[in-house]
Amino acid sequence: MSVRILHIASNTFREVVRDRVLYNLIAFTLLMSGASILVGQISIGIERLVVVNLGLTAVSLFGMVIAIFIGIGLVSKEIEKRTLYTVLSRPVGRWEFIVGKFFGLAGTLVVNTVFMAVGVFAALLYVSGTFAWADAWILVALYFIVLQFLMITAIALLFSTFSSPLLAAVFAFSLFVIGSFAEDLRGFAAMAHGVSRILATGAAYLVPNFSSLNIITSVAHQQPVAGEFIASNSLYALVYTAMVLCGAVLIFECRNLK
Amino acid sequence: MKPSARIRLTGSVLLGVCLVISAFALRHLDQIQSRARFDEVLYFPSPSVVKRLSLGYDGLLADVYWTRAVQYFGTKHVLGSYQYPLLGPLLEITTVLDPHLTVAYEFGANYLAPKPPYGAGMPQRAIQLAQYGIRNNPNDWRLYYNLGFIYYLELKDYAKATDAFARGAKVPDAHPFLKVMAAQMAQHAGELLMAKLLWTAAYQSTTDRDIRANAASHLRALEVQEDVNNLERLVSMYRERTGHWPASFSELEAMGILQGMPVDPLGQSYKLLPEGRVEVREPDRFPFIEKGAPAGYIPPPPKFLPSRGGA
Repeated sequence: MSVRILHIASNTFREVVRDRVLYNLIAFTLLMSGASILVGQISIGIERLVVVNLGLTAVSLFGMVIAIFIGIGLVSKEIEKRTLYTVLSRPVGRWEFIVGKFFGLAGTLVVNTVFMAVGVFAALLYVSGTFAWADAWILVALYFIVLQFLMITAIALLFSTFSSPLLAAVFAFSLFVIGSFAEDLRGFAAMAHGVSRILATGAAYLVPNFSSLNIITSVAHQQPVAGEFIASNSLYALVYTAMVLCGAVLIFECRNLK
Repeated sequence: MKPSARIRLTGSVLLGVCLVISAFALRHLDQIQSRARFDEVLYFPSPSVVKRLSLGYDGLLADVYWTRAVQYFGTKHVLGSYQYPLLGPLLEITTVLDPHLTVAYEFGANYLAPKPPYGAGMPQRAIQLAQYGIRNNPNDWRLYYNLGFIYYLELKDYAKATDAFARGAKVPDAHPFLKVMAAQMAQHAGELLMAKLLWTAAYQSTTDRDIRANAASHLRALEVQEDVNNLERLVSMYRERTGHWPASFSELEAMGILQGMPVDPLGQSYKLLPEGRVEVREPDRFPFIEKGAPAGYIPPPPKFLPSRGGA
């Protein structure tokens, strides 16, 4: 990674961390993990399950909200404040700007997830009194959640390169919802015929597949996750993120900024 | 005081006052609105629709529906209701959202199948739920046990109950009781013995406090039934020997056919009636007794969550 990308990433990281909305969301997520203890106590027979489900869902949803709402403003805010022109007037390529922004926000999300994960494990320890070996699978679920964040950050950034923040938020959130139905879309494609089948299959492979990255329920039941599944999901998420980032770079390179 | 400070103070006081008034207003609204309005509504009755709407966060939603199912049944049970139309749909949604939530199948077997007021009186729906559970968790012996439990206790279908227990006994790490139950049933064991085996297994295998308390209540009722049968047999034996009914258990003791004063599972002595009938002193404390209650006795509505600390 070039030094210029590192600089843009670290500046983005600092800028996002300074954002008060982000702090509020972290505090709220930790609060929810704490609240899970109370919910667990009123959930008969499934206290541990509720803590894991609630904790990981909170980590995922709040991270998604952060990724979308911060990601959509990464480029447009720089254009609005006209700071983009200062950056690009230096020997910094447009692609480096986009990639730097991506890594900055992704880094922030990883740090956030680490803090939230500590909250989830603390709540789990409080409820269970001890950790079991099977609780280590929660780390895999958290890793998958981070992979989801990488994908949605890239998507939000893509829309941020050519659209207004509001529309970018709508597009990114819609893709998140569609991505959650990815398996249904593939099922629909399998049942269709002719041109519809080709179009549906194309759409099914184009939209992000978030459902295979969501293993919260199975790790809550302490079910193991196969190594091949982890490797395939990692490959898919990283390649998809790279693909969307390429798209964002291409659009931004072609965009007339005058 | 500066104008800005005065505004801040006034604003803070107003905020506090409004918060208190809104809380009181909400409390009043809760009191005047019927609870049923909230309880009887299922906005999305289709489990698959709810699953789609969960956007992948189905585990948490399953926990929410599970808690709702327990609260729905518990609240209506306490109010003495005889109808639980939403219990089936709520448990079905819960298990479609999280097919591995074993406690929901267990709850279905215990409260969906029995006749009102002890349950929703939907044994067929409870069977479908248990079968769905087995399809999704073929290695969980408790689900086969639950299925056999419904077939035996609610439908008296011994062949299907035997089949369910036998299938469950083949599951790795299955409770040894399953083999015993399958064998006993195949030998057409007495209903009392079988029922005791079933409720003992229910008591030992569950982690749910309510299901455990329910099983303990049934076991106590069965113990009473067994005691009453034995005592009435001894009383008849006394009459055969002496030609008259005993006035008290002491007479049986004096004759050497009874050792010590018989007491019920809660430690109270049994009553001996003039014509040789034996009864418990406080039938209300044994909600499921079929024998040992006064003639014409009408049990009070059962209380849900009778002993949350254990049985």
